[in-house]
Amino acid sequence: MSRKTLTRRQFVAATAMSSAALITAPYVRGAYAAGKISIGFWDHWVPGANDASTALVKEWGEREKVEVSIDYITSNNKKIELTAAAEAQAKSGHDILQMPSWWPHAYSENLEPLNDVMEPLIKQNGEVNDTVKYLGRSGGKWLAVPATPGSQIKGPCSRIDLMKKHAGIDVQEMYPAGSPPKADNWTMETFLKAAEACHKAGFPFGIGLGETTDSVDTAGAIFQSFGAELVNAKGDITVKTDAVRQALEFYKKLIAVLPTDAPSWDDASNNKWLISGRGAMILNPPSAWAVARRDAPQVAEQCWTHGFPSGPKGRFAPFLPYFWGVWAFGKNKEAAKSLLVHLSSPAAIEKFVAASGGYDLPAYANMTKFKTWAEEGPPKGTLFHYPDPYKQQTMSIAASPAPPKIAQQIYFQATLTKMALRFAQGEKLETALAWAEGECEGFMRT
Amino acid sequence: MADVVVEQGRLSRAASPRKRASLRNAMGRKSTVAFFLTLPLILLIALLVLYPAFYSVYLATLNKAMTKFVGLSNFTFLFKRETFWMVVRQSCIFAITAVVFKALIGFIVAHFVHNIPGKKQRKWRGMLLVPWVIPPAMSTLAWLWLFDPSYSAFNYTLSFFGIGPIPWLGDTFWARFSVILVNVWYGAPFFLIMYLAALKSVPDQLYEAAAIDGANWWQKIWHITLPMMRNIIAITTLFSLIVTFANFDIVRILTSGGPLDRTHLFATWAFQVGIQSSDIPLGACVSLFMVPILAVAAVFILRDVNKRGNEA
Repeated sequence: MSRKTLTRRQFVAATAMSSAALITAPYVRGAYAAGKISIGFWDHWVPGANDASTALVKEWGEREKVEVSIDYITSNNKKIELTAAAEAQAKSGHDILQMPSWWPHAYSENLEPLNDVMEPLIKQNGEVNDTVKYLGRSGGKWLAVPATPGSQIKGPCSRIDLMKKHAGIDVQEMYPAGSPPKADNWTMETFLKAAEACHKAGFPFGIGLGETTDSVDTAGAIFQSFGAELVNAKGDITVKTDAVRQALEFYKKLIAVLPTDAPSWDDASNNKWLISGRGAMILNPPSAWAVARRDAPQVAEQCWTHGFPSGPKGRFAPFLPYFWGVWAFGKNKEAAKSLLVHLSSPAAIEKFVAASGGYDLPAYANMTKFKTWAEEGPPKGTLFHYPDPYKQQTMSIAASPAPPKIAQQIYFQATLTKMALRFAQGEKLETALAWAEGECEGFMRT
Repeated sequence: MADVVVEQGRLSRAASPRKRASLRNAMGRKSTVAFFLTLPLILLIALLVLYPAFYSVYLATLNKAMTKFVGLSNFTFLFKRETFWMVVRQSCIFAITAVVFKALIGFIVAHFVHNIPGKKQRKWRGMLLVPWVIPPAMSTLAWLWLFDPSYSAFNYTLSFFGIGPIPWLGDTFWARFSVILVNVWYGAPFFLIMYLAALKSVPDQLYEAAAIDGANWWQKIWHITLPMMRNIIAITTLFSLIVTFANFDIVRILTSGGPLDRTHLFATWAFQVGIQSSDIPLGACVSLFMVPILAVAAVFILRDVNKRGNEA
């Protein structure tokens, strides 16, 4: 058995080498040197649209040496809202969570401020609309970043043939593909006359009066076009005003020519109404047209998405943005911010729009003229005016400009549609207003 | 000193076999074994039922932002809300109407099935249980299509008789009718199977004796069947009342509480207030309101069961 003796010099050299290795080891960049990040994305309804998100995240992960895991969470049955509530309660969960419109404010105390992300993005991509600021910012602090996937405008999707035949309106001429709209006469009055004519011809407009978002968003845009607010920006109740009375009188006339079962409509009912060929118009993002393209091509060929009619106070389009929020209790906030910058780059946004067939809408001013919207069809150009490329509409959300935590209650309790329906079903105007006022008082609690 | 130590040691040695024996006895007792066997279930219930229950009580005492203890002010706030009292009324109408019809249909059908001979009875039993064994979320979706605003199969059928179209889910009356109908369809088989089991335990001799005495079918039901089934009727009714009162899926899928909130129940309104409107403390308050109402019903019904048990 041989026994090797260790010299003093050898001992010192070995010790120095071991120490150097131990000190430098953490700084060697391995495959996932920058740690891990977990993301909860909205599960897109367009087949293949999730692949664009996965590819973009993967590309970023490889570049930044971050291990990524993605959960696609369906919005069916409020799964995203439930996930957000659970994670906020547990102070644990995904690093980035995609949230529907009202949630950044609802969880403002739990979200990491993102001014350092948003300010450069606005410089790069252009200004965001006021609805995005209203929903995504609080007291000068950006609570979340507007997400392109899932964000949408619920504008009119008209049947070219039926509108021309029964209402005498050529929607293609009014909103020509590739050119600015000639929609000065496209007012609430014209809209109502068209609704009456199409109802008389047996093709009523498919506008819901239920409690889901499509019904509420439509009501919101109509109320705003009359300047009708239930609660103003300061938080004062303003139900009993002439503007609200005027909006209700308009709604009553409109309800008279809508399908009799509209009070029970959900977000799928208007899509089915259009696809089945029973209606001349719905107010929806192009999802109904996309399904019609697959299931009822003869209907899809006659669909044209365009701008909202204008009222006495302007032309408002119901805009429903999604947001990406970073939890303040997240474990890898810097990586999360870096990923959000990557997902909001012009190239990434264009990929999202293309993958969703034009459904997804970026919130930035310079991002409304991608070729996807110009080229999608049939008929070619049907989506050209969907992102409002000539900025003729004010992007709005129902119940704004009330402080968001109050507006969220008005929105989800569907106070606007309920009030309109009460009045249309025979309740006295002042009684319906008093009911809405009582509801709004209840929403003031803090 | 040494003596004392020895003494103490002896004492302790004498005590430990006695302790061991009593432990052995305790472990040998049936009740102890039963306790340990049920312990996993007790722990599971504590974790999945008791903890959430107490947590919701805690949540109900917080302000909307969940940053401050506000005591019972959420409850007093609810008392002032018109919609809340409408939900209370609707939950009572929904639960009582549905349970009465489920009990009635279950009772009648149980008699029919009871009178079907042997093998055929097994087939009928199986078929009649189908609504109860299908997950309600799935079967309610099928009902939703039947009631569909635009393509209702019911309206299509009724159109052949010149009736309709009926706005099944768009009109207040019909929407209430529809949610109760689906709940009755789903829950009646539970009553059927419970009543059938109770019917089978009624001795035939009682009916034979009554027949000899000249009793007609109604007298047999009134004087024999119903008294013999009283306990099972009471327990089934209580159980069904609790489940029906707390119903969520049927209303959520069919109407989401509409039109004009006229089909909201405690659970669906709690969800709308708590999750959709991000007011979790108020949502917790709404759902906790079921507890006193159901507790009163449970006390009345179970007190009656105990009384009859003592009489027996």
